[in-house]
Amino acid sequence: MSVGPETAPPSPVDAEGRRARRSAERRRARSGRRVSIVGVLGELLITAGVLVLLFIGWQLWFTELTVGNELKNEATQQNQEWNEQAAQTPKPTPSSTPTDEPSDEPTEPAWQEPPVEAAPANAKRLGMLIVPRWGADYYRTIAEGIGVSDVLNKGKLGHYPSTAMPGAVGNFAIAAHRMGHGGSLHHINELQLGDHIYVETASGWYEYEFRNLEFVHPTGIGVLDPVPQSPETPATERYITLTSCNPQYTSNERIIAYGVFMQFFPRDANAANFGAPDEVAATVGGAA
Amino acid sequence: MYGALWRILPGPWWVRIVILLVLLTAVLAALAFWVFPFVQTFITTPEVTVDQ
Repeated sequence: MSVGPETAPPSPVDAEGRRARRSAERRRARSGRRVSIVGVLGELLITAGVLVLLFIGWQLWFTELTVGNELKNEATQQNQEWNEQAAQTPKPTPSSTPTDEPSDEPTEPAWQEPPVEAAPANAKRLGMLIVPRWGADYYRTIAEGIGVSDVLNKGKLGHYPSTAMPGAVGNFAIAAHRMGHGGSLHHINELQLGDHIYVETASGWYEYEFRNLEFVHPTGIGVLDPVPQSPETPATERYITLTSCNPQYTSNERIIAYGVFMQFFPRDANAANFGAPDEVAATVGGAA
Repeated sequence: MYGALWRILPGPWWVRIVILLVLLTAVLAALAFWVFPFVQTFITTPEVTVDQ
């Protein structure tokens, strides 16, 4: 309010004062309108900026929560279906013949050849991935194939069809997003030596142990070899390979996580948690 | 723009704030569940597979 001679007493120059005041008001109104046009433009730009930030936040965190929950519900449902099936057919695979009497020493279950299932049709569920390092809520579908729209962008992990099935001698390789679309391999770089990676199928749980990370070019298909990066070597062991993008948010490289098969836990209707390993009980027993 | 919105809204200031919060929630929900998923389909995401 820098209006100078405003409180002048009524005088002969009243008319002139009124005129001056009116013109000042007009000027103020005009300039006010001009500011508001610029103001609207500014507000629109700020809104656009906020929208972009919101979109990034949505992509990074929101989808991971919603897609993660969705996939966990889906997985829990599948788990219950398989459990019911196992309960209806009490002994589907009498794989472990009770040769010796139940000895008094509670040792580890004897190593047994894991079953190998047939690969499902493209984009159909192959099993679920459980990684205790990534929290008890991490319970996600592995589907057959690495289709972008029908598997990966739905947040699922995709099985490279050219690679082995879980439990088979050779390499079981899967891929998933690291950011956005559920970010199913978001924390792939946080795996520690010895961390367990479980693949659950209708027959049971395949336990793999994480060994190491590797970084390769996008063309580094050697990571899919039956013995990773050794195309000439015939496979004698069972591996798991996880692939995702690196650095995060870009496609310049690929981050690879390798694990080796340790043991198999058969799904058994008579065992606690249907035979699930203790480590994953919190995950699979979520809605028991 | 937002000033005009404030002036259009009825009631005392706290009623306006409540109305604004409700509007904001609705806008955010619409963005999260409809707009952003639609926009996402136009954006290429990083590739995660090694070339077969």
